[in-house]
Amino acid sequence: MSDPDFGLWVYLSRTPLLWLTVTLLAYVAADRLSAALGRHPLANPILLAVAIAAGLLAATGTPYRTYFEGAQFVHFLIGPATVALAVPLWRERRAVRRAVVPMTAALLAGSVAAMLSALLIARAFGMPDAVLAALAPKSVTAGVAMGVAERLGGDPALAAVLVILTGAIGAVTVTPLMNLLRLRDMRARGFAAGLAAHGIGTARAFHVDPVAGTFAGIALALNALVSALLAPVLLRALIG
Amino acid sequence: MIPGAALILLCQLAGEAAAHATGLPLPGPVLGMILLLLLLLGNDWLPRPLPTASATGAADGILGNLSLLFIPAGVGIVGKLDVLAAHGAGLAVALVASTLIGLVVTALTFALLARGARGDGAEDAA
Repeated sequence: MSDPDFGLWVYLSRTPLLWLTVTLLAYVAADRLSAALGRHPLANPILLAVAIAAGLLAATGTPYRTYFEGAQFVHFLIGPATVALAVPLWRERRAVRRAVVPMTAALLAGSVAAMLSALLIARAFGMPDAVLAALAPKSVTAGVAMGVAERLGGDPALAAVLVILTGAIGAVTVTPLMNLLRLRDMRARGFAAGLAAHGIGTARAFHVDPVAGTFAGIALALNALVSALLAPVLLRALIG
Repeated sequence: MIPGAALILLCQLAGEAAAHATGLPLPGPVLGMILLLLLLLGNDWLPRPLPTASATGAADGILGNLSLLFIPAGVGIVGKLDVLAAHGAGLAVALVASTLIGLVVTALTFALLARGARGDGAEDAA
């Protein structure tokens, strides 16, 4: 290569460092933009960051596999983050114990409602079983959902995309929806956000209110457990 | 913070090992979360207490930036555009409807039972 700039690009674009840096910078930019827009539900930092990073991939013609070689270091942290959810659960153990009845009921009702409605609608549209398997754990945090989908015979990468889309839909709609229902109990609002929209809903809940965030984290942790157990049962019942 | 991070990774490692060894339908990190919760709850009875402050510091650090962790998986959408295009309408309806249904059913169930239990829902709402 005679062009030294192009040679540098060829070198850097192949190292994990470049795309790891891009991921962090996209996050910082998206978070600032979201804060500048007053944390409007539509200005979701994850959606903005994904748009920035995906736009850069498209503009430079970089394959996702190359990007992921750098981004995998961030992606890896979903596992430890799932483990770390034990800490808010432990810290709020008194509040959790006090709300154990509404939480258990809401957990079971919400988990079944979200999964069953998704599967029934998808089946009505005639989607193949492999897509249903990737769709079943869509309300569960990404790392867990990918594991569940794989075990059910679905594509883990598709499951991850459906999880992110679900989280974005939940994070964007939860505040207006709860206002519409005139629900002001921050525990109920947060718990719903964490259950239906996992980590993305939890991140949104923490932006709205610390109590909502805590209960969202609890719901996210508990739903990872319950949905991992229920998804195979519901899917088998539907596709027999 | 580093002892806490090590503790979190250790719990995940034990969870992954247990999931693979037993073939349980639960992912390793979820088992790791249960293990860490049990350790924290039983900390007073352990012969040597866990580095609790370090673990909470590490956990708060990672959970405070939860949004960041979903970006790599989200960018994966560029590789799945064919599936999304093939089932676009169905997936859009399924995802939006089921998410709204999940939110409403969860929040209403919680609020109704919390109000019935002790009325402490009202004090939180104030």
